[in-house]
Amino acid sequence: MNDTINPEKINPEKIKKVSIIISKGSLEGVYPGLIMANGARAEGMEANLFFTFFGLDAIHRKRMQRIKVATVGNPAMHMPTLLGGLPGMSALATRMMNKTMDKLDIPPIPEFMEMIADTGCGIYACKASVDMFGFTSDDFIEQLDDILTVGDFYDLAAGGQIIFT
Amino acid sequence: MSTATMAGVEVRLNEEGFFEDPTQWTEDMAVEMAKADGIDTLTDQHWTVIKFMRKEFFEKGTGPTVRVLGKTSGVSVKDLYALFPKGPAKMAARIAGIPKPKGCI
Repeated sequence: MNDTINPEKINPEKIKKVSIIISKGSLEGVYPGLIMANGARAEGMEANLFFTFFGLDAIHRKRMQRIKVATVGNPAMHMPTLLGGLPGMSALATRMMNKTMDKLDIPPIPEFMEMIADTGCGIYACKASVDMFGFTSDDFIEQLDDILTVGDFYDLAAGGQIIFT
Repeated sequence: MSTATMAGVEVRLNEEGFFEDPTQWTEDMAVEMAKADGIDTLTDQHWTVIKFMRKEFFEKGTGPTVRVLGKTSGVSVKDLYALFPKGPAKMAARIAGIPKPKGCI
């Protein structure tokens, strides 16, 4: 058979492995990393997600249900800061964004995390952050593979690209 | 674009190895492509996914994303990755003779 259907031969420099760090707990801080991890697995790459600091909210059983858009301090919201600070603005913006994402077939965070775990992507929490917030492994979704030190994370990420979000 | 001979027939492929013309595809070609991609035998579950993808493509003009596959093909996301380890949407689409699905999810 013709060699042209072997993708490795067409593009020998494809990325084979990514480890993505999610450090923020806002909707716009969480989704990009999830989409990149899911997309990496869909392309056949090895992928790991490492949640640190406020990013831990995305794998926290209760908090992951209530991830919101930040409406203050974000010029790209095109909204005066004072208006963005009004009670309920963040919830309103989140509802609007969730509706749009649903139309685009982007799943809500809890469903997305479950799907990403099913793709075989590794899901890890940062030990320093877990200790700092006083969490235990019981606070997190069952799909969490492990709580790692930064050294463990670098070992895990060896041989691949690291992306910080 | 290039051409390849599959199951004794010359077919047109794009630079990533996807069929330019999905109507050129036959089941024998799928078996050949799967072998070249490391799948020795196409199981019933593989065929379920391949046929579902072709059906979706001809109905909607684009192949399904992994999420859609997992929800509606009858094969779970976990199983999809086990069946098509190089990335289900992409690998299955290539074997099914349809263009690479455009979705990000």
